Amino acid sequence: MAIKVSVKTVRGPLAAKVKEVSGQDPNVCFQCGLCAGSCPMTGEMEIFTRKVMHLLQLGLADVVIAQKMAYLCASCHTCQVRCPRGIDIPAVVEALRLLTLRHGENYLAPESIPAERVREMPQAAMVAGLRKFTA
Amino acid sequence: MKIGYYPGCTLKSRAKNLEDSALASLAALGFEVEELPRWNCCGAVFSLANDDLIHHLAPVRDLIRAKDAGHERLITLCSMCYNTLARANLLMKHDEEKRKTLNLFMEEESDYFGEVEVLHVLDFLRRELGWEKLRAAVKRPLEGLRVAPYYGCTLLRPREVAIESPDLPVMFADFLRALGATPVEFPEATACCSSYQIIANESAALEASAKILRAATASSADALAMSCPVCEYNLGRRQGDVRSKHEGVGELPTFYFTQLLAIALGLPQETLGLKWNEASSLELLKKKSYLTVSA
Repeated sequence: MAIKVSVKTVRGPLAAKVKEVSGQDPNVCFQCGLCAGSCPMTGEMEIFTRKVMHLLQLGLADVVIAQKMAYLCASCHTCQVRCPRGIDIPAVVEALRLLTLRHGENYLAPESIPAERVREMPQAAMVAGLRKFTA
Repeated sequence: MKIGYYPGCTLKSRAKNLEDSALASLAALGFEVEELPRWNCCGAVFSLANDDLIHHLAPVRDLIRAKDAGHERLITLCSMCYNTLARANLLMKHDEEKRKTLNLFMEEESDYFGEVEVLHVLDFLRRELGWEKLRAAVKRPLEGLRVAPYYGCTLLRPREVAIESPDLPVMFADFLRALGATPVEFPEATACCSSYQIIANESAALEASAKILRAATASSADALAMSCPVCEYNLGRRQGDVRSKHEGVGELPTFYFTQLLAIALGLPQETLGLKWNEASSLELLKKKSYLTVSA
């Protein structure tokens, strides 16, 4: 994946937005990778949390948003309790999701959930999922 | 004094077995529990965005209901509700700026400052009864039942709302021991089952569940105990789908921790709501002759 890094990206509005919405500073991350090693959802992720944090340090939130990664996070907070730098990584990932969702782009179309699943699924899963995947 | 109880949406439908078995057990143990008047859905997940206050209104409104009803403590059964309410409560306690905005926005409600204590029932039993007293109240010890205690995420993370250390929890095992069961240690006891991911990313979700079920199977547990309806869906209801796609996953009956409690307290079978469990759960109880039919 070819990426372009410059002062413009590092100090750009997208990087600032992620910081503002998450309340977290990706520059605090020292790239130990414990987050990625702890993540239960890496099976289908193209990039893991350590790389996400690195890309954000370079101001490349748009590169991360183009991946499915933020939508595979289950907000389990395992990375957060283990992060030696005390970064609330799930909050950073939530900010990345919101950068898309707040433009009105759903990740999941609610009508695509099969009716039999809706009937059997606990409400908590539906409410949580629609909160995380729809605008 | 009666203790405030917040059920949450799922406990009134899909997880009726969690609510029924818990309320019957609490009554049998001598606790008076009162459901909150006019409660609403807590939102299931705590909003993680710094600039999103609107999603805090739902859980805070529930906390205000508890306070207005005169409750100092509010107990919950669903792990996700516990997490959302406990985090919203901390926000109202410690974040002065957000508290002010939220209180102003809900001007028709009483101002709230995080006065109510939010407790999960497992932690409530440990504090209010203690494992020794629970052991003494057990009428039908679950002898010979090897149970893998599955904590999941939301009882233990983030750290500020953890019912005990997220790194090395023991509460669930102590609870099972008090019931006479044999708690089985397994490495995925605090791993995530994929939670709400099941609605959008099914294959990734089933893979996360498979890892947990495989570890529990390898520990030769008879059953898996939990407190979250979403975990129960992923690890119980969808277990057949997990097995059909992943190797090394044996059939493992699942129970809510309160169902095991009700059985150990000798409560009748009707209080267990077993029709909501998978067939394997009932079969195991029959095999072990644990069931009591009321006269």
